[in-house]
Amino acid sequence: MKKVEAIIRPERLEHVKRALEEKGFVAMTVSEVKGRGEQKGITLQFRGRTMEVDLLPKVKVEIVVEDKAVDAVISTIVDAARTGKYGDGKIFVVPVEKAVRVRTGEVEE
Amino acid sequence: MDDVAVAWLLASTALVMLMTPGVGLFYAGMVRRKNAVYMITLSFIAYILVSLQWVLTGYSLSFGDDIAGIIGIGGIMPIDIFAIYQLTFAAITLAIITSAAAERMKLSAFVVFGLLWTTLVYDPFAHWLWGNGWLAQLGALDFAGGVVVHISSGFGALALAIALGARKGLGEYSMEPHNIPMTLLGAALLWFGWFGFNGGSALAANETAVRAIIVTNTAAATGALVWMILTWTSGRPGSLSIVTGAIAGLAAITPAAGFVSIPAAIVIGIVAGLICYRAMLFRINARLDESLDAWAIHGVGGLWGTIALGIFAKNGLISGNTSLFVSQVIAVVVSVIYAFAVTFILAKIVDAAIGLRVSEEEEYVGLDISQHGETAYA
Repeated sequence: MKKVEAIIRPERLEHVKRALEEKGFVAMTVSEVKGRGEQKGITLQFRGRTMEVDLLPKVKVEIVVEDKAVDAVISTIVDAARTGKYGDGKIFVVPVEKAVRVRTGEVEE
Repeated sequence: MDDVAVAWLLASTALVMLMTPGVGLFYAGMVRRKNAVYMITLSFIAYILVSLQWVLTGYSLSFGDDIAGIIGIGGIMPIDIFAIYQLTFAAITLAIITSAAAERMKLSAFVVFGLLWTTLVYDPFAHWLWGNGWLAQLGALDFAGGVVVHISSGFGALALAIALGARKGLGEYSMEPHNIPMTLLGAALLWFGWFGFNGGSALAANETAVRAIIVTNTAAATGALVWMILTWTSGRPGSLSIVTGAIAGLAAITPAAGFVSIPAAIVIGIVAGLICYRAMLFRINARLDESLDAWAIHGVGGLWGTIALGIFAKNGLISGNTSLFVSQVIAVVVSVIYAFAVTFILAKIVDAAIGLRVSEEEEYVGLDISQHGETAYA
């Protein structure tokens, strides 16, 4: 099992949710986060001064899936979240040792 | 004016003053969190700008010695209770228009536009209907601002929104209200202040003032109930819809408040609820980004109320007289065209001079940070 962690633009969340659902990936955890990438956020230009807004609001989507489904999840998120501009986000894949369903206690390894 | 009337108008002045920050809270809850500070501040700025413009010239342009029925002679405001009471009307009218500025208008552009607008749209309207200008001479009535406040700001907001263009991403991604309790609080302040708005417009602590407050409250509750039913039958009765319906009822009863009965107020509230709701659906379908609905609620509500006055007043259609009704229709047609056209022209002038909109990046980051260097929430 792997956890796919996608940091995306807040305004793309609806598209990503819909796209994942269409592919059959329904379960997810979503949190509001702030962050910055290589560009250090956004620089606003005003007459005679600049202003750095370095931590921009993003959304983190976490999905745990079977190893073989990881590529499908990644490509679905990339297609749905991409605008082509800096700040589209990043996806991380991390190994998951086990998952336990609280209601039944059943363990997935 | 006797001391009792002065006391009531002093209280009413305070009541109506609170409506302007109320408008700010009402609007701010409906925008995204990154624009909440900006939205509240716009109403404060409207109040600040008009406070100075009014004492320096606005009052005299509106209520000074008449020049050909068109405008008053400008000059410094007298120390007078009616003059300061009327200031709060001019201020809230500009605050209502900020609906159109939501999430995209440059602060500097709003300052310039606001001063032009209050001088060239609000002041003439106030003079025409309340300062013995040409519409008043024609016999048109406007008890507390159906034309002067609501049509002017509502149709003005529509013109400004069109001149600005839609917010980036409209229809493409979610722009849900970020804080509904804030909007409810704003609506509460508006309803509360409206007693001073309509009750104070009697200019005395008398039966007319009492009538105005009773029918105002009745129309507000009726409008709210209509929206509650409309939204309940198509899903769930959202709190936002309920208070929006109340404001539709309030806007519609405003021109008629001193002149109509309780049953008439209920009819006015029902119709206001229905047509303002239709207007909002039209606005959504037409993809017009006047999304805080100053036009659908204040503009259309004020329009209906101004006509309704010509129907339900003692000398209205109901009693077989047509002359008042005709005057009301003329007032509506003229005010709709003037408010829309002049606002649009002013917006275009400001756009050409300094630009109306923030840059795409500023809009993305939000106007709290880009315009004020602040944030509403940690």
